[in-house]
Amino acid sequence: MTSIAKPTFLPSRRLTLERFWRLLPRTLVLLLLAVVAIISLFPLYWLFNTALTPASSTVKLPPDLIPVHLTLGNFMEVIQKSGMGKLRLLSPEQFIPMPRLYLWFINTAFIAIFSTAVHVLFDSMAGYAFAKKKFPGSNLLFWMILAALMIPGQVTLVPLYLMITRLKWVNTFVGVIMPGLADVIGIFLLKQFIQTLPGELEDAARVDGASEWGIYTGIILPLSAPALAVTAIFAFQRYWNTFLWPLIVLQSPDLFTLQVGLSYVHTSEFGTDYGLLMAGAALAAIPMIIFFFAFQKYFMQGLRIGAIKG
Amino acid sequence: MTATTATQLTLLQRLRKFWHRHKWSYFFIAPSMILFLVFIAYPVAQAFLLAFQKVDLRGSAWTGLTNFKDLFASDLFWLSMRHTFVYALFVVLAWITSSLVVASLIMPLSNRVQSVFRGAFYLPNVTSIVVIALVWIWIFEPDFGFFNYLLTVVGLPKVLWLQNPDIALWSIVLSTVLIVPGSGVVLYSAAMGSIPREYYEAAEVEGANSFQKLVAITFPLLKPTTLYLTVIYTIAGFQIFERVYIMTGGGPINATMTIVQLIYQTAFSDFNYGKASAEALILFAIIAAFSFVQFKFLSTDVEY
Repeated sequence: MTSIAKPTFLPSRRLTLERFWRLLPRTLVLLLLAVVAIISLFPLYWLFNTALTPASSTVKLPPDLIPVHLTLGNFMEVIQKSGMGKLRLLSPEQFIPMPRLYLWFINTAFIAIFSTAVHVLFDSMAGYAFAKKKFPGSNLLFWMILAALMIPGQVTLVPLYLMITRLKWVNTFVGVIMPGLADVIGIFLLKQFIQTLPGELEDAARVDGASEWGIYTGIILPLSAPALAVTAIFAFQRYWNTFLWPLIVLQSPDLFTLQVGLSYVHTSEFGTDYGLLMAGAALAAIPMIIFFFAFQKYFMQGLRIGAIKG
Repeated sequence: MTATTATQLTLLQRLRKFWHRHKWSYFFIAPSMILFLVFIAYPVAQAFLLAFQKVDLRGSAWTGLTNFKDLFASDLFWLSMRHTFVYALFVVLAWITSSLVVASLIMPLSNRVQSVFRGAFYLPNVTSIVVIALVWIWIFEPDFGFFNYLLTVVGLPKVLWLQNPDIALWSIVLSTVLIVPGSGVVLYSAAMGSIPREYYEAAEVEGANSFQKLVAITFPLLKPTTLYLTVIYTIAGFQIFERVYIMTGGGPINATMTIVQLIYQTAFSDFNYGKASAEALILFAIIAAFSFVQFKFLSTDVEY
């Protein structure tokens, strides 16, 4: 027995060399992947690097490749230079004065959270009906929704603008939110998910005398939680980042969203002060980045659910 | 007896029965459907009407095909078409290739390393294109931008990335293709993960190497994913707007004018709503045609 155990020492050196050759491709692959990932992440890195270095470093060569003189000065300055605005409360006379960048943040958060909440409610209701109920017109309406998925948003841009002009919704949040709410992807996604839920629970509840609304809130919603989370996350991302529609609707800087505000700062007199611009852009990006790390799992799931339709 | 009463139901009774049976269904779909009809279906229908009218701030009048004729005779329209096609072509090719290569490379790694890479490649997709475009303006900045700094380090002359009309479009293409699309990486690696082990084992028994396995097993089985990604990336490519609007505004001298930028300018700088609708419908037709052709050519009945 000992004679068998002994010789293991010698071949182990040969093994390390073998191991080296075996691991080399793997190491090269990791290296290559790291390089590609660094290139992909570089714009984001450069955004934060510039935002966090003193303003003077954006007009010198070579640039600071890492934020050696860490400062929040750019953030303070861009907040101050965005100008003072008014957060209007219930009436025009009632307002809180604050820097516009804060206003843009509040406006964006309000529009995104409100739109997301409405979407989750309406889409899950419609998804439930399309998945579990047969009613006259259900097929026709569902096919219309599918067809609408193919139509690029630019087609409705001008008609919607003319509509909100007639409704006097230009330069209001209603004008941004209402047409923005018409998005059918969530209905589709939730219909697909709710279809897979077993019908027994609903039937049992119905036998027990539960109302239709009770079945929806008591059975369908809790069981659809993962799909609701995916719907909510993608809706929130979409509404936080949307640009063209609020750009067209909103005119007073106090009502801007972050994305519209950023493009406004970019075209203003200090729009070429890249330290400031990057600080503003970072403020718009940070919530989404935190959001992504918090809900990474759902982002990945949502992509796959979305792809199944294709 | 029940049969006769059923046939003798009055219209009112039948309506009541119908309402009793379906009221909840209609209640559940009503909010979404009202939004859909008012803010999608009606505007789409209206876009078709607007495209055949002269609509501006003063009023509207029927003009038949004039908007389309004007567009087909306009150099700017064809220029914007060419730019959009060039952009879409390069972006689709680069994104499909890069996400396929990255997904193939991360496949053999452990689950934890895989998910770190997937996260890293997905992260740039969560921020808005406005933010990303602003960073690229800064990277492309002529005097102190990062790219020209790199060029001076290796001893090359500076480039006017966004100011030179011959280069600006390619700079915008570059800013897009340099970033590996996270969605492609995630979807390709999910699809690769669902290919049964036995296929590869069978190939190994026959003596196939890794590359042969990739070409003979993985790629054909990824065809549905490739089709899906090609379609969504083509659509995204044709709809390029924010990057152009922020980085160049379509300039210099229309060198980066794309279809959506043109629609935006026609509608909201020239206030020519009819013509803008015509442009939007042409974009719609192109996207529909491309999706159709891609489905025809790339669709496959491979199942596993």
